[in-house]
Amino acid sequence: MPISTLFTVILLLLAVAFYAGQRKALGFRARAQTQALPFYHGAWFAVYLIAPACAVLAVWSLLDGVLIKSMVLQSLPAQFSGASDAERELLYSEVSRLAYSRFSSTNADALQGSVGTYMSLNATSLKIKYTLSAMVMLACGAWAWLRLQPAFNARVRFERVVLALLLGSACLAIFTTVGIVFSVLFEALRFFDTVPFHEFVFGTHWSPQMSIREDQVGSSGAFGAVPLFVGTLLISAIAMTVAVPLGLLSAIYLSEYASRSFRAWAKPALEVLAGIPTVVYGFFAAITVAPLLRGFGEMLGLSVASESALAAGLVMGVMIIPFVSSLSDDVINAVPQSLRDASYALGATRSETIRQVIIPAALPGIVGGILLAVSRAIGETMIVVMAAGLSANLTINPLEAVTTVTVQIVTLLVGDQEFDSPKTLAAFALGLMLFVTTLCLNVIALKVVRKYREQYD
Amino acid sequence: MSNPIKNPLAAEQLVADPVPSAGEPISMHPDADLSKTVGKIEVKNAKMSMRSVDVFYGDKQAIFDVNLDIARNEVIAMIGPSGCGKSTFLRCLNRMNDTIENCKVTGSVLLEGEDIYATKQDVVPLRAQVGMVFQKPNPFPKSIYDNVAYGPRIHGLAHSNVDLDEIVETSLQRAGLWSEVKDRLDQPGTGLSGGQQQRLCIARTIAVSPEVILMDEPCSALDPIATAKIEELIDELRSRFTIAIVTHSMQQAARVSNRTAYFHLGYLVEVGKTDDIFTNPNHKLTEDYITGRFG
Repeated sequence: MPISTLFTVILLLLAVAFYAGQRKALGFRARAQTQALPFYHGAWFAVYLIAPACAVLAVWSLLDGVLIKSMVLQSLPAQFSGASDAERELLYSEVSRLAYSRFSSTNADALQGSVGTYMSLNATSLKIKYTLSAMVMLACGAWAWLRLQPAFNARVRFERVVLALLLGSACLAIFTTVGIVFSVLFEALRFFDTVPFHEFVFGTHWSPQMSIREDQVGSSGAFGAVPLFVGTLLISAIAMTVAVPLGLLSAIYLSEYASRSFRAWAKPALEVLAGIPTVVYGFFAAITVAPLLRGFGEMLGLSVASESALAAGLVMGVMIIPFVSSLSDDVINAVPQSLRDASYALGATRSETIRQVIIPAALPGIVGGILLAVSRAIGETMIVVMAAGLSANLTINPLEAVTTVTVQIVTLLVGDQEFDSPKTLAAFALGLMLFVTTLCLNVIALKVVRKYREQYD
Repeated sequence: MSNPIKNPLAAEQLVADPVPSAGEPISMHPDADLSKTVGKIEVKNAKMSMRSVDVFYGDKQAIFDVNLDIARNEVIAMIGPSGCGKSTFLRCLNRMNDTIENCKVTGSVLLEGEDIYATKQDVVPLRAQVGMVFQKPNPFPKSIYDNVAYGPRIHGLAHSNVDLDEIVETSLQRAGLWSEVKDRLDQPGTGLSGGQQQRLCIARTIAVSPEVILMDEPCSALDPIATAKIEELIDELRSRFTIAIVTHSMQQAARVSNRTAYFHLGYLVEVGKTDDIFTNPNHKLTEDYITGRFG
């Protein structure tokens, strides 16, 4: 059964079950005192009719592939008995292709028997799957139907279903994150098998190549990530130097000084900045800002690289202004008017009130906004690819070309790559380091906020 | 600050017709004369004196031609049903209405003979002279000490830390809070109970040595015991300060005030000695309100 049909059937069953449960509840509601509104009876019945069957369906679909595979591999003719695991893997995919297409191979005749087994097993599995689901549905449905009585408190039961649903969603989100972290971690560990950890973390030379043959020219590779992290931090620092003052001050102006009519169009206008695709910022930085800086530098007698950290950082700063300003504006507006009144009534001016009452009270939110902007700056790729270059210079001179972690991850993975070469795996190691860096930043910021926050009710 | 009214015609119509619109609660006496205040407006030796004060929120007029004097070191209570404009009027006295967009005040408000709405008037010293305590206790999310020291720091009243400590201590003592908080001045002011918070706000206000204190329903968020403490405090403060208090509780007005002003639909209907107002009101509306027939 195609997935769309299955989905439609499930939805229809849900609707019918809900209606039936509600009808039954409406029926006995006329005769007796009930514990819940008919809606809850319907909803609870629908969930108990469908959910277990869907669970059986899902579990079976996950497991039958593995089962069929092991059974098919056992049925392979004797001539393949000496095959290695990888070869058996290939044979199995050959079998499945032979079964469903006119694909032919040299082994086609030898595998004829296995193909037959495969097809019959699949057919049986499908039959068992749907029969089992239907039986589970009928059993659970019957049990649930019998429980729908006036004394049954469907409201409380349905509340538990909602709780389970919410808990499930939360767990799914967390497990996905954990899963990503672990997959990155394991790939990174594979990388550290070939390149020592200390060389990666403390090495100051980045030249990610690996020889395919021993005698190849330029076979020496170096995986020292320090230049990348210095480049990332340099560009992020330049961006934050632009974005934090401009964003914060414009937020203060918009929320405390601007008239309502000015604010009404200025705030959306500022937020448009966040809607511009980063690739547009990228070529703006590369084509407009970088030459401008270069010309300006020449005028002052400075040598500015045509791809400089400064150009990328400045444009990135402009890009993240709306993150800082919009979030700060929201938290500043959330500071109760009564605190402003109290300050004004004591004869404080607007700027005194802002400095001594509003900013301290809004600090956690402001720091949160800045943090988000930092993560954005560290993770930003497109602008840096275009405007800051690819050369891994270890420098803190903003006028030179640098490169960042994200840019290197892109260049490592672009094009045809072996998936087990150190060059490719280095991307995972960089990703892991980046993740750890932002995590540390978050922890530090949380501590700072906790120390300086002034909590209002 | 007396900005021209956006639509003078509409405002005049409003003045001519005291019943603003069909949806509003209509006075029980449609023919009762609201525009002329009953009782003696003037006092000898006035601290503040308001003449022909009109207040507008946009096109809507909230206060109509109010004339009133506030005497030195008296406690004047402003009572009236909700929405009668008593809080709005109170906020005119230290220009707190400036912070509200669209709010316009016309007429004159004199403090010691000086018009506080004159263009040369700076609101910073004005608000140091005329302090305000709000309905809901609103301590800053800072320590108790910093709450009280906030005003003196802004106005540069203390010349040294010792000075500042002294100001904080005296203010807290005058607000009757010193003995309760002296061991925890570094704790956040928001951690105090509601009544203590309100007394902290009063201490914060008197720390800048104002001449007049405006109180906008200072006890409406407090329990009876905390209310009694605040009322006691008002009684002690009257020797040093002039106090104008807006209250919903007629018992409170009767207990703490020397004079009482009754507002109705934006008009000052009657003003007089508190004892007279509560025992022998002259205006029918005042009588109906204090006998609980509406409000």
